[in-house]
Amino acid sequence: MSPTAVALAAMSGIVALGSLVGFLARFHHKMDLEQWTVAGRGFGLVLVWLLMAGEIYTTFTFLGASGWAYSRGGPVLYILAESYLIYVVAFFILPLIWEVGRKYRLQTQADFFQVRYGNTHLAAFVALVGVVSLIPYLQLQLTGLGLIVEVASFGGISRTPAMIVGFGLVAAFVFVSGVRGIAWASIIKDLLLLFAAVFVGIAVPHVYFGGIGPMFAALAHAKPAHLVMPGATKNLGHAWYISTVLLISLTFYMWPQYFAASFTARSGKILRRNAVIMPLYVVTMPLMFFVGLSAVLVLPDLSNGDLSLLAMVRKTFPAWFLGIIGGAGALTAMVPAAIQLLTGATLYAKNLFRPIVAPGMTDQQVAKLAKTMVLILALGALLFAIYSTVSLVSLFLLGFAGIAQLFPGVVLGLYSRRVTTSGAFAGMAAGICVAVFLMLTGRDPYYGVNAGFIALCCNFAVTGIVSLLTRVHVAGFDETLPALAASQSRDSASLT
Amino acid sequence: MKSPSLGSILLGSIPFAAACFSVALWDRVYPMVLGLPFNFFWLISWLLLTPVCMWGAYRLEEPRAPDTRRREGGTD
Repeated sequence: MSPTAVALAAMSGIVALGSLVGFLARFHHKMDLEQWTVAGRGFGLVLVWLLMAGEIYTTFTFLGASGWAYSRGGPVLYILAESYLIYVVAFFILPLIWEVGRKYRLQTQADFFQVRYGNTHLAAFVALVGVVSLIPYLQLQLTGLGLIVEVASFGGISRTPAMIVGFGLVAAFVFVSGVRGIAWASIIKDLLLLFAAVFVGIAVPHVYFGGIGPMFAALAHAKPAHLVMPGATKNLGHAWYISTVLLISLTFYMWPQYFAASFTARSGKILRRNAVIMPLYVVTMPLMFFVGLSAVLVLPDLSNGDLSLLAMVRKTFPAWFLGIIGGAGALTAMVPAAIQLLTGATLYAKNLFRPIVAPGMTDQQVAKLAKTMVLILALGALLFAIYSTVSLVSLFLLGFAGIAQLFPGVVLGLYSRRVTTSGAFAGMAAGICVAVFLMLTGRDPYYGVNAGFIALCCNFAVTGIVSLLTRVHVAGFDETLPALAASQSRDSASLT
Repeated sequence: MKSPSLGSILLGSIPFAAACFSVALWDRVYPMVLGLPFNFFWLISWLLLTPVCMWGAYRLEEPRAPDTRRREGGTD
Protein backbone atom coordinates (compact mmCIF):
# COMPACT_ATOMS: atom_id res chain seq x y z
CA MET A 1 0.00 0.00 0.00
CA SER A 2 1.17 3.53 -0.66
CA PRO A 3 1.96 5.79 2.34
CA THR A 4 -1.11 7.87 1.51
CA ALA A 5 -3.40 4.84 1.68
CA VAL A 6 -1.86 3.60 4.93
CA ALA A 7 -2.08 7.00 6.61
CA LEU A 8 -5.61 7.54 5.35
CA ALA A 9 -6.77 4.15 6.57
CA ALA A 10 -5.39 4.79 10.08
CA MET A 11 -6.88 8.28 10.17
CA SER A 12 -10.35 7.26 8.93
CA GLY A 13 -10.44 4.40 11.43
CA ILE A 14 -9.83 6.79 14.31
CA VAL A 15 -12.30 9.41 13.13
CA ALA A 16 -14.94 6.71 12.56
CA LEU A 17 -14.40 5.27 16.05
CA GLY A 18 -14.66 8.72 17.70
CA SER A 19 -17.85 9.57 15.81
CA LEU A 20 -19.40 6.16 16.51
CA VAL A 21 -18.89 6.62 20.25
CA GLY A 22 -20.48 10.05 19.90
CA PHE A 23 -23.56 8.56 18.23
CA LEU A 24 -23.94 5.70 20.70
CA ALA A 25 -23.87 8.03 23.72
CA ARG A 26 -27.56 8.87 23.32
CA PHE A 27 -28.66 5.37 24.33
CA HIS A 28 -31.06 5.17 27.26
CA HIS A 29 -31.55 8.94 27.31
CA LYS A 30 -34.53 10.85 26.04
CA MET A 31 -33.08 13.88 24.29
CA ASP A 32 -35.10 16.83 25.55
CA LEU A 33 -33.50 20.28 25.78
CA GLU A 34 -32.20 19.68 29.30
CA GLN A 35 -30.51 16.39 28.30
CA TRP A 36 -29.23 17.74 25.03
CA THR A 37 -27.61 20.88 26.46
CA VAL A 38 -26.57 20.00 30.02
CA ALA A 39 -27.02 16.19 30.14
CA GLY A 40 -29.68 16.46 32.83
CA ARG A 41 -27.02 17.91 35.20
CA GLY A 42 -25.93 14.34 35.91
CA PHE A 43 -22.21 14.18 35.08
CA GLY A 44 -19.78 12.99 37.75
CA LEU A 45 -16.10 13.73 38.18
CA VAL A 46 -14.88 11.64 35.26
CA LEU A 47 -17.30 12.87 32.60
CA VAL A 48 -16.96 16.52 33.69
CA TRP A 49 -13.19 16.10 33.50
CA LEU A 50 -13.45 14.57 30.04
CA LEU A 51 -15.83 17.22 28.77
CA MET A 52 -13.77 20.11 30.11
CA ALA A 53 -10.44 18.68 29.04
CA GLY A 54 -11.97 17.62 25.76
CA GLU A 55 -13.06 21.09 24.84
CA ILE A 56 -9.91 22.81 26.05
CA TYR A 57 -7.49 20.79 23.95
CA THR A 58 -8.38 22.28 20.60
CA THR A 59 -6.46 22.45 17.34
CA PHE A 60 -5.00 25.67 18.67
CA THR A 61 -3.22 23.67 21.38
CA PHE A 62 -2.40 20.77 19.10
CA LEU A 63 -0.91 22.83 16.29
CA GLY A 64 -0.52 26.20 18.01
CA ALA A 65 1.62 25.17 21.00
CA SER A 66 4.29 23.54 18.84
CA GLY A 67 3.79 26.22 16.19
CA TRP A 68 4.40 29.11 18.60
CA ALA A 69 7.41 27.34 20.12
CA TYR A 70 8.77 27.01 16.60
CA SER A 71 8.03 30.44 15.21
CA ARG A 72 8.07 32.65 18.34
CA GLY A 73 10.09 30.82 20.99
CA GLY A 74 9.96 32.16 24.58
CA PRO A 75 6.52 33.84 24.37
CA VAL A 76 4.99 30.35 23.95
CA LEU A 77 5.36 29.97 27.73
CA TYR A 78 2.18 32.02 28.14
CA ILE A 79 0.23 28.99 26.85
CA LEU A 80 1.70 26.82 29.61
CA ALA A 81 1.09 29.28 32.47
CA GLU A 82 -2.39 30.19 31.29
CA SER A 83 -3.36 26.52 30.86
CA TYR A 84 -3.16 25.80 34.58
CA LEU A 85 -3.94 29.24 36.02
CA ILE A 86 -7.39 29.09 34.40
CA TYR A 87 -8.26 26.31 36.87
CA VAL A 88 -7.33 28.50 39.84
CA VAL A 89 -9.97 30.95 38.62
CA ALA A 90 -12.34 28.09 37.80
CA PHE A 91 -12.06 26.87 41.39
CA PHE A 92 -13.53 30.12 42.66
CA ILE A 93 -16.21 30.91 40.09
CA LEU A 94 -17.49 27.66 38.53
CA PRO A 95 -19.05 26.20 41.72
CA LEU A 96 -20.96 29.46 42.21
CA ILE A 97 -22.12 29.46 38.60
CA TRP A 98 -23.20 25.82 39.04
CA GLU A 99 -25.09 26.70 42.22
CA VAL A 100 -27.01 29.45 40.45
CA GLY A 101 -27.52 27.17 37.45
CA ARG A 102 -29.10 24.43 39.53
CA LYS A 103 -31.30 26.84 41.47
CA TYR A 104 -32.72 28.62 38.42
CA ARG A 105 -32.38 25.74 35.91
CA LEU A 106 -29.98 27.64 33.67
CA GLN A 107 -28.80 26.05 30.43
CA THR A 108 -26.79 28.83 28.80
CA GLN A 109 -24.56 31.73 29.73
CA ALA A 110 -27.16 34.22 28.57
CA ASP A 111 -29.65 32.59 30.98
CA PHE A 112 -27.26 33.59 33.75
CA PHE A 113 -27.41 37.25 32.69
CA GLN A 114 -31.17 37.00 32.29
CA VAL A 115 -31.62 35.89 35.88
CA ARG A 116 -28.97 38.05 37.49
CA TYR A 117 -29.89 41.30 35.76
CA GLY A 118 -33.53 40.58 34.86
CA ASN A 119 -33.13 42.11 31.44
CA THR A 120 -33.96 40.21 28.25
CA HIS A 121 -32.07 42.61 26.02
CA LEU A 122 -28.88 42.31 28.06
CA ALA A 123 -29.21 38.52 27.86
CA ALA A 124 -29.83 38.67 24.11
CA PHE A 125 -26.79 40.94 23.72
CA VAL A 126 -24.66 38.43 25.64
CA ALA A 127 -25.99 35.63 23.43
CA LEU A 128 -25.18 37.67 20.34
CA VAL A 129 -21.61 38.32 21.52
CA GLY A 130 -21.32 34.58 22.20
CA VAL A 131 -22.60 33.41 18.81
CA VAL A 132 -20.60 36.00 16.86
CA SER A 133 -17.39 35.13 18.74
CA LEU A 134 -17.95 31.41 18.32
CA ILE A 135 -18.05 31.55 14.53
CA PRO A 136 -14.35 32.45 14.04
CA TYR A 137 -13.46 29.87 16.70
CA LEU A 138 -15.40 27.23 14.78
CA GLN A 139 -13.76 28.36 11.60
CA LEU A 140 -10.37 27.96 13.26
CA GLN A 141 -11.15 24.34 14.16
CA LEU A 142 -12.31 23.67 10.64
CA THR A 143 -9.28 25.13 8.95
CA GLY A 144 -7.06 23.24 11.40
CA LEU A 145 -8.91 20.05 10.58
CA GLY A 146 -8.41 20.59 6.85
CA LEU A 147 -4.72 21.30 7.34
CA ILE A 148 -4.16 18.24 9.50
CA VAL A 149 -5.89 15.86 7.13
CA GLU A 150 -4.14 17.33 4.10
CA VAL A 151 -0.65 16.98 5.60
CA ALA A 152 -1.30 13.63 7.29
CA SER A 153 -2.61 12.06 4.07
CA PHE A 154 0.50 13.23 2.18
CA GLY A 155 -1.73 15.55 0.19
CA GLY A 156 -4.00 12.61 -0.79
CA ILE A 157 -7.10 14.40 0.49
CA SER A 158 -7.18 18.12 -0.02
CA ARG A 159 -8.46 20.58 2.53
CA THR A 160 -12.01 21.21 1.35
CA PRO A 161 -13.36 17.64 1.18
CA ALA A 162 -11.68 16.89 4.53
CA MET A 163 -13.47 19.85 6.11
CA ILE A 164 -16.80 18.83 4.59
CA VAL A 165 -16.60 15.21 5.79
CA GLY A 166 -15.24 16.13 9.24
CA PHE A 167 -17.86 18.76 9.85
CA GLY A 168 -20.67 16.64 8.49
CA LEU A 169 -19.82 14.03 11.13
CA VAL A 170 -19.61 16.64 13.89
CA ALA A 171 -22.92 18.22 13.02
CA ALA A 172 -24.55 14.79 12.84
CA PHE A 173 -23.46 13.56 16.23
CA VAL A 174 -24.23 16.85 17.96
CA PHE A 175 -27.67 16.70 16.33
CA VAL A 176 -28.26 13.18 17.60
CA SER A 177 -26.52 12.96 20.98
CA GLY A 178 -25.99 16.51 22.26
CA VAL A 179 -23.50 17.14 25.02
CA ARG A 180 -23.43 13.46 26.03
CA GLY A 181 -22.03 12.50 22.63
CA ILE A 182 -19.32 15.13 22.96
CA ALA A 183 -18.18 13.94 26.39
CA TRP A 184 -17.97 10.34 25.20
CA ALA A 185 -16.16 11.18 21.97
CA SER A 186 -13.67 13.04 24.18
CA ILE A 187 -12.57 9.73 25.70
CA ILE A 188 -11.20 8.45 22.41
CA LYS A 189 -9.68 11.78 21.54
CA ASP A 190 -8.00 12.32 24.90
CA LEU A 191 -6.49 8.85 25.10
CA LEU A 192 -5.04 9.26 21.62
CA LEU A 193 -3.81 12.77 22.25
CA LEU A 194 -2.15 11.75 25.51
CA PHE A 195 -0.41 8.87 23.78
CA ALA A 196 0.58 11.01 20.79
CA ALA A 197 1.93 13.87 22.91
CA VAL A 198 3.94 11.70 25.27
CA PHE A 199 5.36 9.53 22.52
CA VAL A 200 6.15 12.26 20.00
CA GLY A 201 7.34 14.76 22.63
CA ILE A 202 9.88 12.30 23.98
CA ALA A 203 10.81 10.47 20.77
CA VAL A 204 11.44 13.45 18.48
CA PRO A 205 14.14 15.15 20.64
CA HIS A 206 15.59 11.69 21.29
CA VAL A 207 15.92 10.81 17.60
CA TYR A 208 17.64 14.05 16.58
CA PHE A 209 19.54 15.10 19.70
CA GLY A 210 19.66 12.07 22.01
CA GLY A 211 17.16 13.49 24.52
CA ILE A 212 15.32 16.57 25.74
CA GLY A 213 18.33 17.87 27.73
CA PRO A 214 20.74 17.70 24.78
CA MET A 215 18.10 19.32 22.55
CA PHE A 216 17.90 22.33 24.88
CA ALA A 217 21.69 22.41 25.20
CA ALA A 218 22.01 22.56 21.41
CA LEU A 219 19.33 25.25 21.16
CA ALA A 220 20.82 27.31 24.02
CA HIS A 221 24.11 27.18 22.16
CA ALA A 222 22.75 27.99 18.68
CA LYS A 223 19.88 30.37 19.48
CA PRO A 224 19.82 31.36 23.18
CA ALA A 225 17.52 34.35 22.53
CA HIS A 226 14.84 32.01 21.13
CA LEU A 227 14.32 30.42 24.56
CA VAL A 228 13.43 33.58 26.51
CA MET A 229 10.95 36.40 25.87
CA PRO A 230 10.49 38.13 23.47
CA GLY A 231 12.03 35.24 21.53
CA ALA A 232 11.74 35.64 17.77
CA THR A 233 9.22 38.48 18.17
CA LYS A 234 9.80 42.19 18.74
CA ASN A 235 7.03 43.15 21.10
CA LEU A 236 6.00 40.09 23.12
CA GLY A 237 7.97 40.89 26.28
CA HIS A 238 7.25 40.58 29.98
CA ALA A 239 4.47 43.18 30.15
CA TRP A 240 2.74 41.36 27.31
CA TYR A 241 3.22 38.05 29.11
CA ILE A 242 1.70 39.24 32.38
CA SER A 243 -1.26 40.98 30.72
CA THR A 244 -1.97 38.06 28.39
CA VAL A 245 -1.75 35.40 31.09
CA LEU A 246 -4.02 37.48 33.34
CA LEU A 247 -6.52 38.17 30.57
CA ILE A 248 -6.83 34.56 29.48
CA SER A 249 -6.76 32.89 32.88
CA LEU A 250 -9.37 35.28 34.31
CA THR A 251 -11.74 35.26 31.37
CA PHE A 252 -11.30 31.79 29.88
CA TYR A 253 -14.51 30.45 31.38
CA MET A 254 -16.47 33.28 29.79
CA TRP A 255 -16.49 31.31 26.54
CA PRO A 256 -20.15 30.32 26.54
CA GLN A 257 -19.39 26.65 25.85
CA TYR A 258 -17.04 26.33 28.86
CA PHE A 259 -19.38 28.37 31.03
CA ALA A 260 -22.29 26.07 30.17
CA ALA A 261 -20.19 22.92 30.66
CA SER A 262 -20.20 23.64 34.38
CA PHE A 263 -23.99 23.08 34.36
CA THR A 264 -23.46 19.43 33.39
CA ALA A 265 -21.88 18.63 36.77
CA ARG A 266 -23.82 16.73 39.40
CA SER A 267 -22.57 19.01 42.19
CA GLY A 268 -20.39 22.04 42.90
CA LYS A 269 -18.04 19.74 44.75
CA ILE A 270 -17.23 17.93 41.51
CA LEU A 271 -16.27 21.21 39.86
CA ARG A 272 -14.07 22.17 42.79
CA ARG A 273 -12.30 18.83 42.79
CA ASN A 274 -11.96 18.99 39.03
CA ALA A 275 -10.30 22.41 39.27
CA VAL A 276 -7.77 20.99 41.74
CA ILE A 277 -6.68 18.09 39.54
CA MET A 278 -7.12 19.56 36.04
CA PRO A 279 -3.69 21.28 35.94
CA LEU A 280 -2.06 17.84 35.95
CA TYR A 281 -3.70 17.15 32.62
CA VAL A 282 -1.71 19.99 31.10
CA VAL A 283 1.50 17.99 31.59
CA THR A 284 1.44 17.11 27.89
CA MET A 285 1.69 20.76 26.87
CA PRO A 286 5.47 21.16 27.40
CA LEU A 287 5.95 18.05 25.27
CA MET A 288 4.31 19.87 22.36
CA PHE A 289 6.79 22.70 22.92
CA PHE A 290 9.70 20.24 22.75
CA VAL A 291 8.60 19.07 19.30
CA GLY A 292 8.32 22.64 18.01
CA LEU A 293 11.69 23.57 19.51
CA SER A 294 13.36 20.51 17.97
CA ALA A 295 12.01 21.63 14.62
CA VAL A 296 13.79 24.99 15.02
CA LEU A 297 17.11 23.22 14.44
CA VAL A 298 15.94 20.24 12.36
CA LEU A 299 13.55 21.95 9.91
CA PRO A 300 14.53 25.63 10.08
CA ASP A 301 12.76 26.75 6.89
CA LEU A 302 9.09 25.80 7.35
CA SER A 303 6.80 28.34 5.74
CA ASN A 304 3.99 27.74 8.23
CA GLY A 305 5.04 27.29 11.86
CA ASP A 306 1.69 25.69 12.72
CA LEU A 307 2.73 22.69 10.68
CA SER A 308 5.94 22.07 12.67
CA LEU A 309 4.47 19.18 14.69
CA LEU A 310 3.06 17.35 11.67
CA ALA A 311 6.14 18.04 9.58
CA MET A 312 8.39 16.58 12.29
CA VAL A 313 6.18 13.50 12.64
CA ARG A 314 6.14 13.04 8.87
CA LYS A 315 9.93 13.33 8.73
CA THR A 316 10.56 10.98 11.66
CA PHE A 317 7.95 8.21 11.68
CA PRO A 318 6.33 5.73 9.25
CA ALA A 319 3.11 6.54 7.39
CA TRP A 320 0.76 4.57 9.68
CA PHE A 321 1.99 6.57 12.66
CA LEU A 322 1.41 9.83 10.85
CA GLY A 323 -2.11 8.52 10.18
CA ILE A 324 -2.70 7.97 13.91
CA ILE A 325 -1.43 11.46 14.76
CA GLY A 326 -3.59 12.84 11.97
CA GLY A 327 -6.63 11.02 13.34
CA ALA A 328 -5.95 12.33 16.85
CA GLY A 329 -5.53 15.81 15.39
CA ALA A 330 -8.78 15.53 13.43
CA LEU A 331 -10.70 14.50 16.58
CA THR A 332 -9.00 17.36 18.42
CA ALA A 333 -10.67 19.69 15.95
CA MET A 334 -14.00 17.84 15.89
CA VAL A 335 -14.77 17.55 19.62
CA PRO A 336 -14.32 21.25 20.49
CA ALA A 337 -16.12 22.16 17.26
CA ALA A 338 -19.01 19.97 18.39
CA ILE A 339 -19.46 21.80 21.68
CA GLN A 340 -19.05 25.17 19.98
CA LEU A 341 -21.83 24.23 17.57
CA LEU A 342 -24.09 23.02 20.35
CA THR A 343 -23.53 26.14 22.44
CA GLY A 344 -23.90 28.57 19.56
CA ALA A 345 -27.12 26.89 18.42
CA THR A 346 -28.65 26.80 21.91
CA LEU A 347 -27.73 30.43 22.57
CA TYR A 348 -29.32 31.48 19.32
CA ALA A 349 -32.55 29.55 19.77
CA LYS A 350 -33.06 30.07 23.48
CA ASN A 351 -31.68 33.53 24.21
CA LEU A 352 -31.87 35.40 20.90
CA PHE A 353 -34.70 34.01 18.83
CA ARG A 354 -37.30 33.06 21.45
CA PRO A 355 -37.21 36.19 23.63
CA ILE A 356 -36.89 38.68 20.75
CA VAL A 357 -38.87 37.11 17.90
CA ALA A 358 -41.23 34.44 19.24
CA PRO A 359 -41.81 34.61 23.00
CA GLY A 360 -44.54 31.96 22.79
CA MET A 361 -42.25 29.08 21.81
CA THR A 362 -42.30 25.94 23.92
CA ASP A 363 -39.16 24.14 25.03
CA GLN A 364 -39.68 21.44 22.42
CA GLN A 365 -39.82 24.06 19.67
CA VAL A 366 -36.65 25.69 21.02
CA ALA A 367 -34.91 22.31 20.99
CA LYS A 368 -36.00 21.73 17.41
CA LEU A 369 -34.80 25.19 16.35
CA ALA A 370 -31.47 24.67 18.16
CA LYS A 371 -30.92 21.39 16.31
CA THR A 372 -31.64 23.06 12.99
CA MET A 373 -29.24 25.83 13.95
CA VAL A 374 -26.48 23.23 14.49
CA LEU A 375 -26.70 22.41 10.80
CA ILE A 376 -26.92 26.06 9.73
CA LEU A 377 -23.96 27.15 11.87
CA ALA A 378 -21.88 24.21 10.64
CA LEU A 379 -22.67 25.12 7.05
CA GLY A 380 -21.92 28.81 7.69
CA ALA A 381 -18.55 28.11 9.30
CA LEU A 382 -17.75 25.74 6.45
CA LEU A 383 -18.44 28.38 3.82
CA PHE A 384 -16.38 30.91 5.79
CA ALA A 385 -13.50 28.47 6.09
CA ILE A 386 -13.54 27.68 2.38
CA TYR A 387 -13.99 31.19 1.02
CA SER A 388 -12.76 33.67 3.63
CA THR A 389 -9.41 35.32 3.14
CA VAL A 390 -9.17 37.10 6.50
CA SER A 391 -6.40 35.77 8.72
CA LEU A 392 -7.79 33.25 11.17
CA VAL A 393 -5.65 34.26 14.07
CA SER A 394 -6.86 37.82 13.89
CA LEU A 395 -10.49 36.67 13.76
CA PHE A 396 -9.94 34.37 16.72
CA LEU A 397 -8.27 37.10 18.76
CA LEU A 398 -11.17 39.44 18.03
CA GLY A 399 -13.59 36.76 19.16
CA PHE A 400 -11.68 36.20 22.36
CA ALA A 401 -11.45 39.92 23.07
CA GLY A 402 -15.25 40.11 22.77
CA ILE A 403 -15.84 37.10 25.04
CA ALA A 404 -13.44 38.42 27.69
CA GLN A 405 -15.66 41.48 28.11
CA LEU A 406 -18.38 39.33 29.70
CA PHE A 407 -16.15 38.74 32.74
CA PRO A 408 -17.00 41.83 34.84
CA GLY A 409 -20.72 41.23 34.34
CA VAL A 410 -20.39 37.64 35.56
CA VAL A 411 -17.94 38.04 38.39
CA LEU A 412 -19.30 41.31 39.78
CA GLY A 413 -22.77 39.89 39.27
CA LEU A 414 -21.86 36.89 41.41
CA TYR A 415 -20.13 38.66 44.26
CA SER A 416 -21.64 42.15 44.36
CA ARG A 417 -25.20 43.33 44.85
CA ARG A 418 -24.40 46.83 43.74
CA VAL A 419 -23.67 46.18 40.05
CA THR A 420 -26.59 47.27 37.85
CA THR A 421 -27.97 46.31 34.43
CA SER A 422 -26.87 49.63 32.94
CA GLY A 423 -23.43 49.21 34.49
CA ALA A 424 -22.97 45.74 33.02
CA PHE A 425 -24.29 46.86 29.64
CA ALA A 426 -22.12 50.00 29.46
CA GLY A 427 -18.99 48.21 30.65
CA MET A 428 -19.38 45.44 28.09
CA ALA A 429 -20.04 47.86 25.25
CA ALA A 430 -17.03 50.01 26.26
CA GLY A 431 -14.76 46.99 26.54
CA ILE A 432 -15.78 45.61 23.15
CA CYS A 433 -15.32 49.01 21.47
CA VAL A 434 -11.84 49.50 22.96
CA ALA A 435 -10.77 45.95 22.04
CA VAL A 436 -12.07 46.14 18.48
CA PHE A 437 -10.57 49.60 17.96
CA LEU A 438 -7.09 48.66 19.26
CA MET A 439 -7.02 45.41 17.30
CA LEU A 440 -8.37 46.64 13.99
CA THR A 441 -5.94 49.58 14.01
CA GLY A 442 -2.97 47.29 14.59
CA ARG A 443 -2.36 48.39 18.18
CA ASP A 444 -2.12 44.93 19.76
CA PRO A 445 0.01 44.83 21.86
CA TYR A 446 -0.45 48.48 22.83
CA TYR A 447 2.73 49.84 24.48
CA GLY A 448 3.70 46.23 25.17
CA VAL A 449 0.40 45.37 26.90
CA ASN A 450 -2.22 42.98 25.50
CA ALA A 451 -5.04 45.04 23.94
CA GLY A 452 -7.74 42.74 25.32
CA PHE A 453 -6.41 43.36 28.81
CA ILE A 454 -6.58 47.13 28.36
CA ALA A 455 -10.16 46.72 27.14
CA LEU A 456 -10.98 44.60 30.20
CA CYS A 457 -9.63 47.29 32.55
CA CYS A 458 -11.77 49.94 30.81
CA ASN A 459 -14.72 47.57 31.09
CA PHE A 460 -14.27 47.16 34.86
CA ALA A 461 -13.93 50.92 35.31
CA VAL A 462 -17.04 51.73 33.26
CA THR A 463 -19.09 48.94 34.90
CA GLY A 464 -18.14 50.26 38.34
CA ILE A 465 -18.78 53.93 37.63
CA VAL A 466 -22.09 53.45 35.79
CA SER A 467 -23.29 51.01 38.48
CA LEU A 468 -22.64 53.57 41.19
CA LEU A 469 -24.57 56.20 39.21
CA THR A 470 -27.66 54.05 38.49
CA ARG A 471 -30.33 52.42 40.59
CA VAL A 472 -30.21 48.72 41.50
CA HIS A 473 -33.12 46.68 40.06
CA VAL A 474 -32.01 43.15 40.85
CA ALA A 475 -29.71 42.87 43.85
CA GLY A 476 -27.76 39.65 43.42
CA PHE A 477 -28.90 36.04 43.43
CA ASP A 478 -29.98 35.87 47.05
CA GLU A 479 -33.30 37.60 46.43
CA THR A 480 -36.30 35.77 45.07
CA LEU A 481 -35.85 36.14 41.36
CA PRO A 482 -38.88 35.55 39.19
CA ALA A 483 -37.04 36.55 36.00
CA LEU A 484 -36.78 33.23 34.20
CA ALA A 485 -39.93 31.83 35.73
CA ALA A 486 -42.18 32.98 32.90
CA SER A 487 -40.52 30.72 30.37
CA GLN A 488 -39.13 28.16 32.78
CA SER A 489 -42.03 27.08 34.93
CA ARG A 490 -43.88 25.32 32.17
CA ASP A 491 -40.64 23.66 31.03
CA SER A 492 -39.66 22.36 34.41
CA ALA A 493 -43.11 20.92 34.82
CA SER A 494 -42.71 18.92 31.65
CA LEU A 495 -39.19 17.85 32.59
CA THR A 496 -39.83 16.39 36.00
CA MET B 1 -23.15 34.82 46.89
CA LYS B 2 -20.81 33.98 49.71
CA SER B 3 -17.24 35.13 49.14
CA PRO B 4 -14.43 32.58 49.42
CA SER B 5 -12.37 32.55 52.62
CA LEU B 6 -9.26 34.70 52.91
CA GLY B 7 -7.11 31.59 53.29
CA SER B 8 -8.23 30.05 50.01
CA ILE B 9 -7.82 33.36 48.18
CA LEU B 10 -4.25 33.57 49.49
CA LEU B 11 -3.57 29.99 48.41
CA GLY B 12 -5.04 30.75 44.99
CA SER B 13 -2.86 33.83 44.56
CA ILE B 14 0.38 31.87 45.09
CA PRO B 15 0.35 30.26 41.59
CA PHE B 16 -0.42 33.66 40.04
CA ALA B 17 2.51 35.27 41.87
CA ALA B 18 4.82 32.43 40.88
CA ALA B 19 3.83 31.79 37.27
CA CYS B 20 2.62 35.22 36.14
CA PHE B 21 3.71 38.37 38.00
CA SER B 22 7.28 37.32 38.76
CA VAL B 23 8.15 36.58 35.12
CA ALA B 24 11.10 39.02 35.06
CA LEU B 25 12.81 37.06 37.83
CA TRP B 26 12.72 33.61 36.22
CA ASP B 27 12.62 34.19 32.45
CA ARG B 28 16.19 33.09 31.63
CA VAL B 29 18.01 30.10 30.18
CA TYR B 30 20.58 29.49 32.97
CA PRO B 31 20.91 27.77 35.35
CA MET B 32 19.51 24.80 33.45
CA VAL B 33 17.75 22.32 35.73
CA LEU B 34 17.17 18.67 34.71
CA GLY B 35 18.25 19.61 31.21
CA LEU B 36 15.55 22.31 30.94
CA PRO B 37 16.13 26.06 30.59
CA PHE B 38 15.30 27.76 33.88
CA ASN B 39 12.05 29.38 32.64
CA PHE B 40 10.69 26.06 31.31
CA PHE B 41 11.74 24.27 34.50
CA TRP B 42 10.07 26.95 36.65
CA LEU B 43 6.72 26.87 34.85
CA ILE B 44 6.62 23.06 34.73
CA SER B 45 7.33 22.96 38.48
CA TRP B 46 4.39 25.28 39.11
CA LEU B 47 2.20 23.09 36.95
CA LEU B 48 2.81 20.42 39.61
CA LEU B 49 2.67 22.78 42.60
CA THR B 50 -0.58 24.53 41.58
CA PRO B 51 -2.73 21.46 42.42
CA VAL B 52 -1.02 21.36 45.84
CA CYS B 53 -2.06 24.96 46.56
CA MET B 54 -5.57 24.34 45.24
CA TRP B 55 -5.90 21.17 47.29
CA GLY B 56 -5.24 23.34 50.34
CA ALA B 57 -7.92 25.76 49.14
CA TYR B 58 -10.28 22.81 48.59
CA ARG B 59 -9.81 21.68 52.19
CA LEU B 60 -10.70 25.20 53.36
CA GLU B 61 -13.66 25.75 51.03
CA GLU B 62 -15.36 22.37 50.99
CA PRO B 63 -16.79 22.51 54.55
CA ARG B 64 -18.27 25.96 53.83
CA ALA B 65 -19.91 25.07 50.50
CA PRO B 66 -23.70 25.11 50.45
CA ASP B 67 -24.04 22.02 48.26
CA THR B 68 -21.85 19.93 50.58
CA ARG B 69 -24.05 20.65 53.52
CA ARG B 70 -27.28 20.12 51.63
CA ARG B 71 -26.56 16.85 49.91
CA GLU B 72 -23.71 14.62 48.90
CA GLY B 73 -22.61 15.03 45.27
CA GLY B 74 -21.48 11.46 44.76
CA THR B 75 -18.47 10.17 42.90
CA ASP B 76 -17.71 7.82 40.12
